[in-house]
Amino acid sequence: MRSPDAPPERPAPRRWAIWLPLGLFVGFVLLVLIGLLRPADREVASAMIGKPLPAFDLPPAIPDRPGLARSDFAGGKPRLLNVFASWCIPCAVEAPQLDALAKEGVEIDGIAIRDRQEDIAAFLARNGNPFTRIGADDVSAVQLAIGSSGVPETFVIDAGGVIRYQHIGEIRADQLPLIRAKLKEAEQ
Amino acid sequence: MTALSSSRRLVRCSAFAGMAMLLFLALVSPLAAQDTMPPAPYAYRQLDDPAQEAQAQALMETLRCLKCQSQSIADSDAPMAGDMRSQVRQRIAAGEEPEAIRAWLVERYGDYVSYAPRMTPLTWPLFVLPIVLLALAALLLRCRFLGGRDQ
Repeated sequence: MRSPDAPPERPAPRRWAIWLPLGLFVGFVLLVLIGLLRPADREVASAMIGKPLPAFDLPPAIPDRPGLARSDFAGGKPRLLNVFASWCIPCAVEAPQLDALAKEGVEIDGIAIRDRQEDIAAFLARNGNPFTRIGADDVSAVQLAIGSSGVPETFVIDAGGVIRYQHIGEIRADQLPLIRAKLKEAEQ
Repeated sequence: MTALSSSRRLVRCSAFAGMAMLLFLALVSPLAAQDTMPPAPYAYRQLDDPAQEAQAQALMETLRCLKCQSQSIADSDAPMAGDMRSQVRQRIAAGEEPEAIRAWLVERYGDYVSYAPRMTPLTWPLFVLPIVLLALAALLLRCRFLGGRDQ
């Protein structure tokens, strides 16, 4: 036993400590590699899923379809709310898929973001018009209110007017079963 | 002689073509996916009341542009950022508190939309860790210097 006032012995150098810098470096390289190979998801998901649609009332975007208001989302079956624009190229890509869904009897309402009447009419003439109603959102107000951050985005709204699902980006042909499943899910 | 001048002409020609191509791309690509609508009323217009405008500006600098995610809506020229600025200014003008507007956006987009750091169950280590590291460093230095004096 050592007496309390004896000078403390210097601890023996730890052999493992010499590997510490290398270990840290390898850890850093791994971190960078993960960041490079699996980049983070840059999509901003809406935090409104599971919440009711906020109040809004949009004027008609084209003469031959009515505008879109919150009160239109009451009762009936689950339906789709499609946020689109004529100036958006992926919106043209998803048009055949929306058409297919509309032909199956799915009700699709549209919100046209920052768009002109004649441009929307030309876009729909070119790509087909699957919409029951189209509201014109010229200052992205409703888009912000539902937590959408771009075009196209498609929301599944249930019979109670609650947002049940958000699809970010265009609906591709292989994603149709997913949308159908989400619509079915929203029936409950 | 002729071969040299023709090759030189070729170089100059291709440089010109490259520049024309760049100019063409610069003119064409931004138009490809942008709307032609005029900006929202307060996207590029300040509020008349300087105090309110200062409030709006401070808030806009701490809100993320959702299109161009490394910029604040105050810095971005994306149409959606303009729409967000307009909404912020109109709400401030209507007497809404800046933090209420931030909360409204966070409710829709999550914490991601705000640049102002918040202490949450997920973020508290970011606030605590520097203090812990400082304390650790102080302890380490103390041990080293006091230990040295003892010898």
